Amino acid sequence: MRVVIAEDLFLLRDGLTRMLEAHGLEVAAAVDNPADLLAAVTASKPDVAVVDVRLPPTFTDEGLRAALAARRAVPGLPVLVLSQYVEQLYARELLADGTGGIGYLLKDRVFDSAQFVDAVRRVAAGGTAMDPEVVARLLARNADDSAVSALSAREREVLALMAEGRSNAAIGTKLVITERAVAKHTASIFLKLRLQPSEDDNRRVLAVLAYLGG
Amino acid sequence: MDRQTTRHHAAWAAPLAWLRERVTACARGAALGGLAIAEVMLLHPILLAAALVPIPDIGPVARQLTDLTRRLCGEWCGVPIASPYRPEPAGEGEDGLPTWRQRRRWVMDDPATWRDVAWILLNPLLGAVLAGGSAAAIVYGIFGMTLPHGSTQLAGVISHPLYGILLAVSGFVAAPWLLRGYGEFSRSLLGPTRHAQLAQRVSHLAQTRSDAIDTGAAEMRRVERDLHDGAQARLVALGMTLDAAGQLIDINPAAAQALLTEARDNSVKALAELRDLVRGIHPPVLADRGLADAVRALALDSRLQVRVTNELPGRAPAPVESAAYFAVSELLANVAKHADARRVWIDIRHDGGVLRIGVTDDGCGGADPAGGTGLSGIERRLAAFDGVLAVSSPPGGPTVVNMEVPCALSSPKTSSC
Repeated sequence: MRVVIAEDLFLLRDGLTRMLEAHGLEVAAAVDNPADLLAAVTASKPDVAVVDVRLPPTFTDEGLRAALAARRAVPGLPVLVLSQYVEQLYARELLADGTGGIGYLLKDRVFDSAQFVDAVRRVAAGGTAMDPEVVARLLARNADDSAVSALSAREREVLALMAEGRSNAAIGTKLVITERAVAKHTASIFLKLRLQPSEDDNRRVLAVLAYLGG
Repeated sequence: MDRQTTRHHAAWAAPLAWLRERVTACARGAALGGLAIAEVMLLHPILLAAALVPIPDIGPVARQLTDLTRRLCGEWCGVPIASPYRPEPAGEGEDGLPTWRQRRRWVMDDPATWRDVAWILLNPLLGAVLAGGSAAAIVYGIFGMTLPHGSTQLAGVISHPLYGILLAVSGFVAAPWLLRGYGEFSRSLLGPTRHAQLAQRVSHLAQTRSDAIDTGAAEMRRVERDLHDGAQARLVALGMTLDAAGQLIDINPAAAQALLTEARDNSVKALAELRDLVRGIHPPVLADRGLADAVRALALDSRLQVRVTNELPGRAPAPVESAAYFAVSELLANVAKHADARRVWIDIRHDGGVLRIGVTDDGCGGADPAGGTGLSGIERRLAAFDGVLAVSSPPGGPTVVNMEVPCALSSPKTSSC
């Protein structure tokens, strides 16, 4: 699997490169500005781009815009955006095209390299990796929603993990329950939220995020 | 009102309004003129004394009359007059109230007092002529015609009925201008001089500046405390945990591994605390995107249904953006806490060189700007930019909070892609 990294801080860029390589991923290019990112994704057609939100020249949200631009330049290019803080507003903008292959994670998540690499792989495969903090805030915001409050505690846990973009198998491992039990919970959640059930993991995630974000 | 009466009204509206304006102006002028004449006949000597003698809790009594005139000039003549007086001095006396000497100095040293005196002296003369001129011209004109020729000294001036009619009509027509003239005359003496305006401005600026410095200092102390108790403490713990793990790594690798995990968790918590702290100092999304998107981000995080309409063509200066952002944030928190509301509408616009933000909720109302610290805190924050806050919150709602901050917008940031 080939990755392009865009991160302006040398230490982090270097650390990310090493970590991904240690997990058997190939870093095709590691750049430090939006223009080079665009050049790298068009030239080397990576499986996924890992992009920091803050990039030069103004160090505001150039990375986010560059990630969206890269997706326009290379349609369907999976991008994982890293940030020191997460905003629902940005999550929305990233998810807006509804095609998946989107990750939005706090930089802290790189501390757990196995999980982080798992998220990179998931995004590269067209899935979603939404930061637990974004999901927690989405759930908090929907606390008054009658359908959400009708969910059991366990179902809410499953919903949160589903919104983060995890597969039934991963949710089962995390909650120490069988995959079939997870499937039962998800079916019940979709029924209670009146969402169209879907076999496709990715579409399922997007439906849940759209429900919580709307 | 049905359509027919509306049309009927429309045909007569202009002349009726013209007539009404003049009748009102005549009546008001007569009242003001009467006031001026009453003043000279009954109160002149007393008023002059009353202008200079300060009474505890009231100040000079004559200021009641001048304040009444200021108000009437605004309401009747269309010439609003600001109060020119210096604020009463802070008490130095034993009971915490201003001493007699202080009060005396406060009145005698204020140029506005002497301008009041000049107005009290001139008003019965000039003021009466300007204000009462119309009424006098009408009465005199008509009265003069009805009297037999040369019967009295006064009426003798009107030698022909035509002159009488002319006088009455011109008095009637000129009434609004004369009334306005009275307002201008009063303003020239009762209004604050340029000097007094500047003095008031300086004292306002000194007050808001010291508030701003206090707020800033309090913020810095809070940041220091948060860093000290939060991230700093966690980093110390982190160092100690890593040291312990280093010592254990050969003897007990499993225990060392557990300590390393703990260290990692601690670093995540330290980061989370730093993130919250940064959000409280200057939210990154505000720096990234400006006020409108930052308010949208707030709306997305709120449990209330918040609708944001934004008509800002550019970005306000960073300090104004920040003050406005925290004001909106505080208001939203207030609404969520107290208002029992479901929906909130936030409207952001900029016109006439003023940034205007309206926050409306469908809650239970009854918000009191003087009550909580929240609203007055916002008021202080905005005052540093000459901004103001107005709250309308009748019991039962809805609550409408309007904020205005004068500022210029920079042109919209051009994006690189």
